[in-house]
Amino acid sequence: MPTTVPAHGPDAAARLASMADVTASDAALRRFLHGLPGVDAVGLEARAASLGTRSIKTTAKAYAIDLAISMIDLTTLEGADTPGKVRALSAKGVNPDPTDRTTPRVAAICVYPDMVATAKEALGDSGVHVASVATAFPAGRAALPVKLADTADAVAAGADEVDMVIDRGAFLAGRYLKVFEEIKAVREACRRPDGSSAHLKVIFENGELATYDNIRRASWLGMLAGADFIKTSTGKVAVNATPANTLLMLEAVRDFRAATGVQVGVKPAGGIRTSKDAIKFLVLVNETVGDEWLSNEWFRFGASSLLNDLLMQRQKLSTGRYSGPDYVTVD
Amino acid sequence: MTQTKKNQQPQPAAQPKPGSAFAYAPAPESRSVVDIAPSYGLFIDGEFSDAADGRVFKTVSPSSEEVLSEVAQAGEADVDRAVRAARKAFASWSALPGSERAKYLFRIARIVQERSRELAVLESLDNGKPIRETRDADLPLVAAHFFYYAGWADKLAHAGFGPAPRPLGVAGQVIPWNFPLLMLAWKIAPALATGNTVVLKPAETTPLSALFFADICRQAGLPKGVVNILPGYGDAGAALVAHEGVDKVAFTGSTAVGKQIARTVAGGSKKLTLELGGKGANIVFDDAPIDQAVEGIVNGIFFNQGQVCCAGSRLLVQESVADEVLDALKRRLSTLRVGDPLDKNTDIGAINSAEQLARITALAEAGEAEGAERWSPACELPSAGYWFAPTLFTGVTQAHRVAREEIFGPVLSVLTFRTPAEAVEKANNTPYGLSAGIWTEKGSRILSVANQLRAGVVWANTFNKFDPTSPFGGYKESGFGREGGRHGLEAYLDV
Amino acid sequence: MSDKSEKAEAVRLSVFKTYKLFVGGKFPRSESGRVYEVTDAKGKWLANAPQSSRKDARDAVSAARKAFAGWSGATAYNRGQILYRVAEMLEGRREQFVREVGEAEGLSKSKAAAVVDAAIDRWVWYAGWTDKIAQVVGGANPVAGPYFNLSSPEPTGVVAVVAPQESSFLGLVSVVAPVIATGNTAVVVTSERAPLPALSLGEVLATSDLPGGVVNILSGRTSEVAPTLAAHMDVNALDLAGTVDDAALAKELEIAAADNLKRVLRPQAVDWAAEPGTDRMTAFLETKTVWHPAGAGAASGSAY
Repeated sequence: MPTTVPAHGPDAAARLASMADVTASDAALRRFLHGLPGVDAVGLEARAASLGTRSIKTTAKAYAIDLAISMIDLTTLEGADTPGKVRALSAKGVNPDPTDRTTPRVAAICVYPDMVATAKEALGDSGVHVASVATAFPAGRAALPVKLADTADAVAAGADEVDMVIDRGAFLAGRYLKVFEEIKAVREACRRPDGSSAHLKVIFENGELATYDNIRRASWLGMLAGADFIKTSTGKVAVNATPANTLLMLEAVRDFRAATGVQVGVKPAGGIRTSKDAIKFLVLVNETVGDEWLSNEWFRFGASSLLNDLLMQRQKLSTGRYSGPDYVTVD
Repeated sequence: MTQTKKNQQPQPAAQPKPGSAFAYAPAPESRSVVDIAPSYGLFIDGEFSDAADGRVFKTVSPSSEEVLSEVAQAGEADVDRAVRAARKAFASWSALPGSERAKYLFRIARIVQERSRELAVLESLDNGKPIRETRDADLPLVAAHFFYYAGWADKLAHAGFGPAPRPLGVAGQVIPWNFPLLMLAWKIAPALATGNTVVLKPAETTPLSALFFADICRQAGLPKGVVNILPGYGDAGAALVAHEGVDKVAFTGSTAVGKQIARTVAGGSKKLTLELGGKGANIVFDDAPIDQAVEGIVNGIFFNQGQVCCAGSRLLVQESVADEVLDALKRRLSTLRVGDPLDKNTDIGAINSAEQLARITALAEAGEAEGAERWSPACELPSAGYWFAPTLFTGVTQAHRVAREEIFGPVLSVLTFRTPAEAVEKANNTPYGLSAGIWTEKGSRILSVANQLRAGVVWANTFNKFDPTSPFGGYKESGFGREGGRHGLEAYLDV
Repeated sequence: MSDKSEKAEAVRLSVFKTYKLFVGGKFPRSESGRVYEVTDAKGKWLANAPQSSRKDARDAVSAARKAFAGWSGATAYNRGQILYRVAEMLEGRREQFVREVGEAEGLSKSKAAAVVDAAIDRWVWYAGWTDKIAQVVGGANPVAGPYFNLSSPEPTGVVAVVAPQESSFLGLVSVVAPVIATGNTAVVVTSERAPLPALSLGEVLATSDLPGGVVNILSGRTSEVAPTLAAHMDVNALDLAGTVDDAALAKELEIAAADNLKRVLRPQAVDWAAEPGTDRMTAFLETKTVWHPAGAGAASGSAY
């Protein structure tokens, strides 16, 4: 196994270059993606369900809750978003539980590009990142120059991370190289004038890719194109992150690291609302890829209401009483 | 136990378990849901009683060696009394309308469901298997089996055995310790549905769930003598099998004992079904869904600590993917959690008895001595109780004992093959024929290989799946007769 | 409703039940707002029952269609558990049904009790069929070629059931249970004259883990509701049990059913107390046969 380098580090490009033969043409890329081992849906879902029965109690639960909080990309992606809403959410991200200063900060605040500057200002030097969706999120149905401008705009406004969507239409039509080239172009658009780059999360919208074989292929395609993170969903369609599709993506980053030495992060998003759900996902991480992915550098939750449930569970653990929604803040 | 420390090379596992940042705290299932009495009697004619000769034996928890209870030990006189009770009950039981027998069985199924957590904990204590399995596999299957055969009781005319098939009479049933309550269900449910009465002997290391089942029969209002439970040793089983008042013998256990039983009933009129040992081949082709295949291999050999007659104890992997599969398998084995059966996160529990542990140990040592390469993940085993770490043997050939003999433990022998024909040839190259697995994404290969395998159950892209509607049983020395499904009725009908 | 204890003690006025339809798991009144008087066998008023309209029938079909995917996709074991749960729930309300059936059919208490017991046992009978019918009517076919070939029964879809007119409860259960046991969903037109046991059955079904919409129960004029269902293009099959004494209506419905080739189970004289066979299940099952190549052996082999 080659030594590991992070996808967002300077050495990843050279490693990916070693895989250039499989992305040299549409035909080569298709052959490669279709040559990946198949996924048996029943078996995959059974494995995910079985890990879902792990019982995480007491000290392990306390650890998992704090870890989960620290992994949240606290998200607001509504047409009704305002600077006030984004500032309030940012404040909450920095200081999730005003009654308990030991509560960890979230990883990032995730907003639309036009809210990046507001979020950046509100977060200051708190260490909480600003993540911006881009590339005509959530549908991604815009011309490439528009998507690149959308991305560059977010980066220029101070986004630390960019969550792009792939062109599912192109993917489902079998035009893998188009999807690949587009991700590469967006990655370039993430570059800042000083040569550093916003981290790139690539959203597949698993619910629209529909099959597990497609999700595995999209994962490899995204990683080959230079994704720092692969992300399940926009949160805007019927099926978002599930234990099974997240498990599959964890297997993909594990296998990709074994093949290339490049470590890529995973972000399930959408539909994860309870502490119990979040802990199940952490169990998936723990037992599929292990410690090396158990930090917010490598695993994130795209969520909004999840945070309050985690906070209520956290209060329960520290006080012994069940908490209620009146004891956490609404933003 | 000590023998597992040998030959362990710490793999570059994805999971540094001890000291891992996300270490699972103990999550024990409450033992207080089950109330085990200090002593139990034989269950004959609806009453608990001592053995005629007053003998008792102790049943221990294999994970701690703690004595759980003292149980009456059936002897020949008790067998005779139980068979007479069953004979007496047979007349009225078999004369009941099927729909009324059905309702008794539905009641039993429901009570099993209601008491399933209690029974799961009890089974884990007495057998050593993880609560995850008793809770999620054994008990749901037990209830489902009674539900399924309950439904047949008033539909026998539709089962394809003639318009009014008759029961046989008294069924003498001897069951093993690996799935104590599930094997009881497999035996008792079809027997009662078809109108037979039963005398059942549970294994000497796991008598408790059968005795709790006797209490369930009482709660269900089952007429006296329809079900009789005789805890005891092999001598009681032999007496039961040989008893002239028994019309039907059903045995699940070792092939050696099965052959002895076949000799005992030879020349008589007793109907016999045997579900015996196995050396199942789990065949992984190069186009398999690898991640799921690895799960299937693990499930195939480590489910119930490998103490499963249909275990996939021989992994036949196509050479072109052997390294990839073995690396993935070792990585996966490193995440298995071995320990307290009552901890909800335990994957691998205790071996059922000191005797079984000794047998596994001896065969594993033979494997090493014959030159196969042994590997186990790093894992700490408890100091008390009977434990054996998950173990792989690579470089195994058809000539090795670990490839031929049933180990009945968490030991997987890995062989390779080049072509489908070679896989089939190796898979069939055994006196056994109970189960097999096929892993490939190619449908026609599944079906053609399945057609050629001489095994009673073939799982494709899955393993160790059980369902009351699905017939189960072996070819060759794995026994004869089928349990489960419509086919399972035949063993208890005069056809 | 008669209430003997009321007469004896004259202490307390009983509370009447408003009988409602059962559609999509809910208990609506008829959208038409109409009711009709239901009397006992001697003509004494029992209750006002909803008189369903064509729109009620349409709503019921929509509910049945919506429920079909989930119900037909549930495991046979799960369906069996739910049908058995219906029997359990009925057993607990046995006295109520004995009274209702006795009033509806003019039976003595002991005869009504026997009818109700038989109806409970009928649910148990069909609960046991859910996971067995496939083994009885399906199976592997030994085709002459390298193919795996398997035939399995599948539910046909939404079944409109015209329930027996005389046997208001046992007859009703005997026609509804087989339809849903195999995974179909049902729209039931109750006995016109004696709808109350059927409407009460809805209350039992609603508390038996049966998903809403699997059984929908409509009371009213058979001649008004049944033709709507028979002609409805999203209904897949039609059980004409309740038209046994009206050959003209039966023929009219069968003709209407031909528009989308509904499977039609014609009316026939049935002894509802006798043990049923499998015919009421197989009438509403399709057979699906799957072929798959099973390989033909080796493509090669060393020849030297």
